[in-house]
Amino acid sequence: MSDTTMPPAPARTTPARGFALPRVSGSAIVMTLYLVFLLTPIYWLFNMSLKTNQEILSTFSLWPREVTFENYMTILTDPSWYMGYVNSMIYVVMNMVISVTVALPAAYAFSRYTFMGDKHLFFWLLTNRMAPPAVFALPFFQLYSSIGLFDTHIAVALAHCLFNVPLAVWILEGFMRGVPKEIDETAYIDGYSFPRFFVRIFMPLIASGIGVAAFFCFMFSWVELLLSRTLTSVNAKPIAATMTRTVSASGMDWGVLAAAGVLTIVPGALVIYFVRNYIAKGFALGRV
Amino acid sequence: MEKTTNQKAWFLVLPVLALVAFSAVIPLMTVVNYSVQDTFGNNQFFWAGLEWFREMLSSERMWNALWRQLVFSAIILAIEVPLGIFVALNMPKRGVWASTCLVLMALPLLIPWNVVGTIWQIFGRVDIGLLGYTLEALGIDYNYTQDIFSAWATVIVMDVWHWTSLVALLAYAGLQSIPDAYYQAAKIDQASRWAVFRYIELPKMSGVLMIAILLRFMDSFMIYTEPFVVTGGGPGNATTFLSIDLVKMALGQFDLGPAAAFSIMYFLVILLISWVFYTVMTNLDRREGHR
Repeated sequence: MSDTTMPPAPARTTPARGFALPRVSGSAIVMTLYLVFLLTPIYWLFNMSLKTNQEILSTFSLWPREVTFENYMTILTDPSWYMGYVNSMIYVVMNMVISVTVALPAAYAFSRYTFMGDKHLFFWLLTNRMAPPAVFALPFFQLYSSIGLFDTHIAVALAHCLFNVPLAVWILEGFMRGVPKEIDETAYIDGYSFPRFFVRIFMPLIASGIGVAAFFCFMFSWVELLLSRTLTSVNAKPIAATMTRTVSASGMDWGVLAAAGVLTIVPGALVIYFVRNYIAKGFALGRV
Repeated sequence: MEKTTNQKAWFLVLPVLALVAFSAVIPLMTVVNYSVQDTFGNNQFFWAGLEWFREMLSSERMWNALWRQLVFSAIILAIEVPLGIFVALNMPKRGVWASTCLVLMALPLLIPWNVVGTIWQIFGRVDIGLLGYTLEALGIDYNYTQDIFSAWATVIVMDVWHWTSLVALLAYAGLQSIPDAYYQAAKIDQASRWAVFRYIELPKMSGVLMIAILLRFMDSFMIYTEPFVVTGGGPGNATTFLSIDLVKMALGQFDLGPAAAFSIMYFLVILLISWVFYTVMTNLDRREGHR
């Protein structure tokens, strides 16, 4: 990122941002350094995914000498590999739907009403976000085994609700607070019943909030490994657990491992574009 | 916004309560159950009272893991928070570059945690990784599987790589909410750059920064996957943090009683510290509301 690629200089030297004047080029340098720091390890993974194992181990080069897509082909043609992605997607989407569905009415209650114990309940929900998955791994395993849900997608989806439901409630509550209460009251006067008002009028109003909540549920369910690995063995095995397979008797299959890693970055990179302006608000649990 | 009192709102919260009760309360009770009982297999349990808690409290292993965990969390907070603020101050304010930076910065946040581990595992290897190879070529002794310092450095740099963007994004959002009039007033008063930061930007960011610190503390205190993939808790026990130790104990050795007692104390520590953060945070919220 050079100076020419920065926003036009006049915009940055207006009185309002006058303090930024000596930083204009400095900022660009800082940002460039930071982005290079962020992207280099990812580039290295990408670089390795395009090499053969032989090239990885024998020569050290900053870019692949002979580009090969064999590693990707291995993954995309072998069911035991690509089913990992399918399984992950299934439970992530299930979790997203469950979390947002139950969180919507709860968030509405928290944003509109005071009721007995509401503050305590709100904090108690947050404590679930604080609960270390490691604490829950074993009990979850026993709970889901005992009710016959072990190694199913729904088990992982429900387990991830542990931290995603509180998160969804928090984010949605933040967005709902921004909707004036007069809208609710007008709708009730107009004769709307609560469910009809909620679905027809209220949900479209906080559509972006729902999108952001869904995105965060997607994200945290997608990146989690400990619980999803503990709760599955074959049928619902997530891609993250499948990746450990690359350790074989003949050593690590670095190329395939790198390709699998790159493929796990893709879904996140795709959806992030749509929520770029809301990421911070989501992380701040709707409190920016 | 003025809220009305309505006890019927409980019905709206019921689905969440039912779900969270199923996925949190039942498992947590299982843990409590194990923590006060002993078993000799065959599903026969005996009341053990607080024996396991006493054992864990005098266990050097747990104290060491807790100590390592506290040091780790303190270090990454000390690096990520100032660095995140610094990056946020340097981000382009608007235009295409602002969105590009946002998207690129958020990228590490969406990578599955074990892949984050894999990335750094590869990146740090002296034979095939860019970082390890470069350090080796520079004559720096670096090997994260054998050298304690290298292992810690790798895990910390990895966490900084992974999560600084979160702090930066939050701080950036806080900065964006400052009206231009504030800067103009500071300009008229000929305030220095430092004064602008100290008296305008920092107070305005304090709310989101508290959230950032809370999130980073919680998540770093629960860290499992990334160091597990990179160092496996080693060399020796040098990077065995609380979660890694707990999983070893519960799923590896199946020491249910001690592991359960450990779990409960672990959870209580997080709860206690997070409660402090939360109280500070809500107080800040309230103060801003009154302003």
